[in-house]
Amino acid sequence: MPKLYSGAEIVFKCLEDQNVSHIFGYPGGAVLPIYDELKNFNSVKHILVRHEQGAGHAAEGYARSTGKPGVLLVTSGPGATNAVTALTDAYMDSVPLVCITGQVPTHLIGTDAFQECDTTGITRPCTKHNWLVKDVNDLAEVMHKAFEVATTGRPGPVLVDIPKDIQFQKAKYKSYKNKKKLNGKSHDNYSQKNIDELINLIRKAKKPIFYTGGGVINSGTKASELLRELVYATGFPITSTLQGLGCFPADDNQFLGMLGMHGTYESNNAMYSCDLMINVGARFDDRITGKIDEFSPKSKKVHIDIDPSSINKNVKVDLAIVGDIKSVLTSTLKTFKKSKNNFSKSNKHQISKWWEQIQKWRSKRSLDYIGSEETIKPQYAIERLYELTKDKDTYITTEVGQHQMWAAQHYKFNKPNRWMTSGGLGTMGYGLPAAVGVQIAHPKKLVIDIAGEASVLMTMQEMSTAVQYNLPIKIFILNNEYMGMVRQWQELLHDKNYSESYTAALPDFVKMAEAYGCVGIRAKTPEELDDKIIEMLNTDRPVIFDCLVDKQENCFPMIPSGKPHNQMLLGPKDQKEKKITGKGRTLV
Amino acid sequence: MANSKSAYSSAGKKQKLDTHIIVVWVDNEAGVLARVVGLFSGRGYNIESLAVAEVDQKQNISRITIVTTGTPQVVDQIKLQLKKLVPVHKVADFKREDKNVIFKEMALFKFVANNGKLNKAFEACKNFNPVILDKTIKSNVIQITALRREIDSMSKNLKKFGLVSVSRTGAVAMTRGSEIFK
Repeated sequence: MPKLYSGAEIVFKCLEDQNVSHIFGYPGGAVLPIYDELKNFNSVKHILVRHEQGAGHAAEGYARSTGKPGVLLVTSGPGATNAVTALTDAYMDSVPLVCITGQVPTHLIGTDAFQECDTTGITRPCTKHNWLVKDVNDLAEVMHKAFEVATTGRPGPVLVDIPKDIQFQKAKYKSYKNKKKLNGKSHDNYSQKNIDELINLIRKAKKPIFYTGGGVINSGTKASELLRELVYATGFPITSTLQGLGCFPADDNQFLGMLGMHGTYESNNAMYSCDLMINVGARFDDRITGKIDEFSPKSKKVHIDIDPSSINKNVKVDLAIVGDIKSVLTSTLKTFKKSKNNFSKSNKHQISKWWEQIQKWRSKRSLDYIGSEETIKPQYAIERLYELTKDKDTYITTEVGQHQMWAAQHYKFNKPNRWMTSGGLGTMGYGLPAAVGVQIAHPKKLVIDIAGEASVLMTMQEMSTAVQYNLPIKIFILNNEYMGMVRQWQELLHDKNYSESYTAALPDFVKMAEAYGCVGIRAKTPEELDDKIIEMLNTDRPVIFDCLVDKQENCFPMIPSGKPHNQMLLGPKDQKEKKITGKGRTLV
Repeated sequence: MANSKSAYSSAGKKQKLDTHIIVVWVDNEAGVLARVVGLFSGRGYNIESLAVAEVDQKQNISRITIVTTGTPQVVDQIKLQLKKLVPVHKVADFKREDKNVIFKEMALFKFVANNGKLNKAFEACKNFNPVILDKTIKSNVIQITALRREIDSMSKNLKKFGLVSVSRTGAVAMTRGSEIFK
């Protein structure tokens, strides 16, 4: 007779079979049987967070920096509801998460029992799928299916809700069978004909651009390599969304910088004026497109995406290629090489005028800012941080706001999986716990959370986690005492009515660091900035770095939302010189 | 808000709405209807009517028929989003005008009136396969099957014959001829 295992044991046997080495969690009444088994499974290490949202973001950081699914374990009721923000964040940014929640015993479900909530009901719209396990015999299969759903196709979060009595009951363990097909849902759905069409469009293009996104990163490091190969072979310019940063080297001449609301002048103008747009793994988000009716009006649009529902959702495209980026790019390169050997030469000639135009836009130097001797400009802080860390293999996480955009603009990423930020949901408080997750996955690497003082206070308690596990994460706070992005919008669009965007009673971050048992460093002037950053980098413990920056600085360039790409707002330097013509200048 | 410069973004051009019948084959499991309906409400799609029941007891398959309105782009999204749901096997979509598809709704009418009016009521229903399911001296219950708009107008017109209560299903659909949707 085969051995019987308790539900709690089955959970861990599944985690072992799925090669899960770390889970992030917080115990509570309805998951105690699972926590009881933890001691018997040495291959799974549990990281105790200080809030379930932190567990979720840490798992996201872990997943984004490794390409493996992140796992979190939380209790019923408040444990589950606290995880909802992180699940929604992962859903928006396509991060594979497996969330295991405890639930009240089956006979109490529906009675408003203590710490009961309708977990599967609450999380239905923010997961790819979820399960309430009502029979212990289904548990193993559900757990394995959960990993399969989270990691296949467009990745995303899933949730398995396990009532406490199921955790005690015994059943046989069914091991994992790798099934190729999921309920008839295939992921590669394109033909050679599509690829030929793409090659044909590439051949004819005079003003082409690659517009790449997080899908390239989700498709694995190989996808980034293939993308680089294709971009070099074609000689086309490339721009990237916030989530796609790192899949193409930011210091390469063909890279135009990030596009969208705070993207560079050259990338947004190139998007507006191009005749061929090749979208690789991006989703035409509203922060990218601006006003849909005037989005890139003259271009043929190609969209390569694994998610069929992303095609034609916001922007109608001329050629849709549904498939995994890695496999699509492999076929494209193969066809490309076969069809034309001297193609790249002739084509580069054809697009030389286009490059001239791009250089003109580039010469605007839209990321420039007015420096200062007295106060630290936030852009300067990021630049210095980049210069002093670029030789290390650095992982950057961020919170949400101005600092996030400055980090995206001024920190240059050259490898995929090095940039973890909350793009879709825009979750303030994401960066600190995400840094915890990244550092768990990469114990020897440098992990920095570029933060704002307002965001970081939302999940500050996770510093305690970092200290407990000796995670030397660096929290680099650009402190301007304002919710900077809110302040910026109020200045530009709400007649400088700074309603509730100033934080009057901030903690002393240096003392706070000491209270948590880590190291606090403060930089007040540009002069001392480098030394302080070096001091931070030389500290082998968690650091909170309080960088006091210019309080009034705004993040430019900017497309006011609801405006097309060619109506950008440039920075103060440019505004002073009155260089810009067109409607952009008069927008605010 | 009228003159706010910080509009989140302005909506694009309005497009023409079409009525579509979406048929979804799903695993008959707990919560599956909530997933489908939640997708519609969560993404702001319309549901005019809905009918659902298990159609294959061996394989546990239910068939959901949803009548919806939307622009071609929205209807496309509805289909693609539905196909992403894990318990969904296949999705079919028909335009209401499609001649190759049969649409039917069922309605139960209760009349309370004198014999003369009850007879007239039955007479008025005769084009819609009426069946008398219950009859007393002063009342009857009639079942009809018809199109949505026919039932709409019937329930208005039959008031004069003592119609006191209407119960109706959502539309169900099936293709004509020997073909089935794969």
